[in-house]
Amino acid sequence: MLNLHLYMLQRLTALIMAPLVIGHIAVMIYAVQGGLTVDEILARTQGSVAWFLFYGSFVVAVSIHGAIGLRVISFEWFGLKGRALQLFSWTVFALLFGLGAKAVYTVTLAGGGL
Amino acid sequence: MADETQTMTVSIWREDGDDGRFEKYEVPARENQTVLDVVAYVQQHIDPTLSYRFACRVGMCGSCAMMVNGSPRWTCRTHVSKVVADDCLEVAPLRNLPVIKDLATDMDPFFEKWVAAEAVFHPSKTRHDPMAAITPDDPMRIAASEAIECINCAVCYAACDVVESNPDYFGPAALNRSWSLVNDIRDDGQDVRLAAVGSNGGCHNCHSQQGCVQYCPNELNPTLSIAGLKRETTKALFRRSR
Ligand code: SF4
Ligand code: SF4
Ligand code: FES
Repeated sequence: MLNLHLYMLQRLTALIMAPLVIGHIAVMIYAVQGGLTVDEILARTQGSVAWFLFYGSFVVAVSIHGAIGLRVISFEWFGLKGRALQLFSWTVFALLFGLGAKAVYTVTLAGGGL
Repeated sequence: MADETQTMTVSIWREDGDDGRFEKYEVPARENQTVLDVVAYVQQHIDPTLSYRFACRVGMCGSCAMMVNGSPRWTCRTHVSKVVADDCLEVAPLRNLPVIKDLATDMDPFFEKWVAAEAVFHPSKTRHDPMAAITPDDPMRIAASEAIECINCAVCYAACDVVESNPDYFGPAALNRSWSLVNDIRDDGQDVRLAAVGSNGGCHNCHSQQGCVQYCPNELNPTLSIAGLKRETTKALFRRSR
């Protein structure tokens, strides 16, 4: 069930995600070329505001985008409606956001100290 | 004269306040007959209690649409020879609408959604004002013309999988009509219209799979109209936030 606002939110988050995914993959490919170790990678990302913003905005966009997408599927395919649908969408958002935030914290904040 | 001894079997959906089932009838296999001819034959020669709907018989009124071998068709313009499969013909009431009896569906939900989608003209002038000057090559006139030849048959509505899974969705016909009105400069209701087509049942639910385009007997393109509505509602959102 999509109205204009959910539709726009989903499009805008897709727009944010696209370059970030490409950036993520490009850096991954680049990083393994020289054989960077985990410690070397974490040394670069931890405490870095740029990487925090990079992955932070990705996690926010993914959580919103995924929650809206699964909301439509659960409504159209499984007939979830009203409060159940609302609850489901927010739970998906919270789960994705929680998992993502934990990863962003570990990679860019923990041990580094921003 | 066509050979009247050849027959074929037609399965017709019978329902009268019960669960409903297909019943088989033997009808003449004429070389040149429409699905509506077959249904009429059954009603006139075999079972007069069969209910179905038609009026013009020439593809103008939009009242004869039914599911024919699983696909929505305008039955008065659908030749049996084009759709028959293994000498069998199956005729059922239009999908996505409640059945009143046999092949006659209740069209109320279909038309209520036209109103909900603001597919309704809001006049900006009275009969005493001069006529609006719209040239044939005006881009808005061209866009309106592309969407205008709808006969309200609900074939597209029956073809749409989103209507099936989302009972609130206005559906292709209502949104297509809304789009032709978005392009009507004489109309004074654009804000309410864009708000309506951007609401929960509105154009943003369309998956653009074009089932409606595939089956519209008048070769309209509701998917394109709906894409136009998505564009206009988005533009309006930015206009409002400025
Ligand atoms: S394109 Fe949109 S309106 Fe047309 S059948 Fe598909 S979902 Fe329905
Ligand atoms: S858009 Fe086409 S299929 Fe849909 S109601 Fe109009 S004429 Fe019928
Ligand atoms: S009877 Fe009028 S369109 Fe078929």
